[in-house]
Amino acid sequence: MIRFAHVTKTYPNGVQALTDLCFHIPKGQFVFLTGHSGSGKSSILALVYAEQKPTSGEVRVSGFPIGKLSPRDVPRLRRRLGIVFQDFRLLEDRTVEENVGFALAVTGARGDAIPSRVMRALTQVGLGGKARVYPKELSGGEQQRVAIARALVNDPAVLIADEPTGNLDERASRGVFQLLRDINAGGTVVVMATHNLALVRDTGYRVIELKHGQVVYDSGLEDSAGGAA
Amino acid sequence: MSSPAPMSEALRTFSRTPLLSALSVASIGFSLFTIGLFGLVALNFRQTLRTLAERVEVVAFVLRGTPTETITAASGEVEAFPEVLEVRYVNEDEALARARRELVEFQEAYRDLETNPLPASLEIRLKPAFRDAAHAQQVAERLHAYPFVDDVRFGRDWVQRLDRLRNMAAAVGLVIGLAFAIVAIVIIGVTIRITVLQRAREIAIMRLVGATNRFIRGPFLLEGAIKGILGGVLAILMCWLTLQVFRRSAGEVAQGLVFFATPQLGLVVLFGMLIGLLGSTLSVGRHLRHV
Repeated sequence: MIRFAHVTKTYPNGVQALTDLCFHIPKGQFVFLTGHSGSGKSSILALVYAEQKPTSGEVRVSGFPIGKLSPRDVPRLRRRLGIVFQDFRLLEDRTVEENVGFALAVTGARGDAIPSRVMRALTQVGLGGKARVYPKELSGGEQQRVAIARALVNDPAVLIADEPTGNLDERASRGVFQLLRDINAGGTVVVMATHNLALVRDTGYRVIELKHGQVVYDSGLEDSAGGAA
Repeated sequence: MSSPAPMSEALRTFSRTPLLSALSVASIGFSLFTIGLFGLVALNFRQTLRTLAERVEVVAFVLRGTPTETITAASGEVEAFPEVLEVRYVNEDEALARARRELVEFQEAYRDLETNPLPASLEIRLKPAFRDAAHAQQVAERLHAYPFVDDVRFGRDWVQRLDRLRNMAAAVGLVIGLAFAIVAIVIIGVTIRITVLQRAREIAIMRLVGATNRFIRGPFLLEGAIKGILGGVLAILMCWLTLQVFRRSAGEVAQGLVFFATPQLGLVVLFGMLIGLLGSTLSVGRHLRHV
């Protein structure tokens, strides 16, 4: 599903964020990306959703070659992904259902199909009763759930979560994490970058630890060897 | 739940940021107002030139004793010249009567005349497109070829001066008009860009969830077009008010001033819409390349 082959990423300011990175994430897997700030977690995710292109090496996501992606293909790739950020990135002047429906509408979904699909996604994240409220009326945990509903509404093959619990307290973090686990249980690949080692511990999920843009530990190395993208 | 169709998204901007939208429309309106005002001056100037040009006339004085039939036959030929609008034959008696009527200072002198000293003439009016020195000269030369024509006059100096004025007005009009249009496009581009920057976060989110550039651009282009149209209407209103104020304060001189005709009003609005579209295309395009 996601394959990095000898990927190096150097930004225009000369900072080398990733060095000769190789890993493969097969279908259905839940993967934690861990490491200190600046270790390269966000750079990996940015390559996955084609916000950046690799300087060298090859990145393939759901069959799309990121390095060779034309601007026209970027939206097509992103419609197959769900992306969740630490800062939620919700539109403050739109209701919860509008925020979620927006993600469907931009993909050209039929207008009459939108409300039911939005409600299904909101129910899945436990916010079926808060469709008409505005983000600022919700707690941090609830706002992140709205962001997850928005990521889910297109039935993505891969869900990318960049520090999704970074702004949440312990209880809300657990709730969001459980939600991501449920989503993964439905077959969606989840790639979650996190500092929160307490969450990572004892889950049994694959952990890729990064340092200075290189993999220093990969608990799934044996499983991924020779896997198909 | 509202669907983010381009039109509802564009209208949403107006309800969400009424002050910024009003400011954008006002700045577009003022830019177009300067163009409109200039257009109004140019329009009235052209109108005045046209009125002046109507006086361009070629007069062929006829030798005394020429038979009327000869003159009538020649009149028909002259009327067939491509430059000629109409030919009028003024006989000696009419010429004298007119002189007595129009030249009040010489009334006494003309009254006591025993013989009429004034010659008969053909007065030739030219079609609007030929009311310049070069064409008047051509017609004059052709008239000279008639043996009964004694002399031909068309006020060469005056017509040449009118020509120069016309050419100068066209050149100055083009340069100033273009300059105003460029300034208007820049101002409109800047105001749309402020809106784009204000919505940078929203654009970034749209891109993350897989919106195409075309989808993102749609509402902004519509917004630019709507603002351009509103700005155009505002500019027309301001031009009209200015003309009213001028008419009231300048008295009789200003009474003959004309306002834009309906097709010209349509052009102002269309121009507003086009520069609104252009401004937003440029600013959104630049932004989408940078995000």
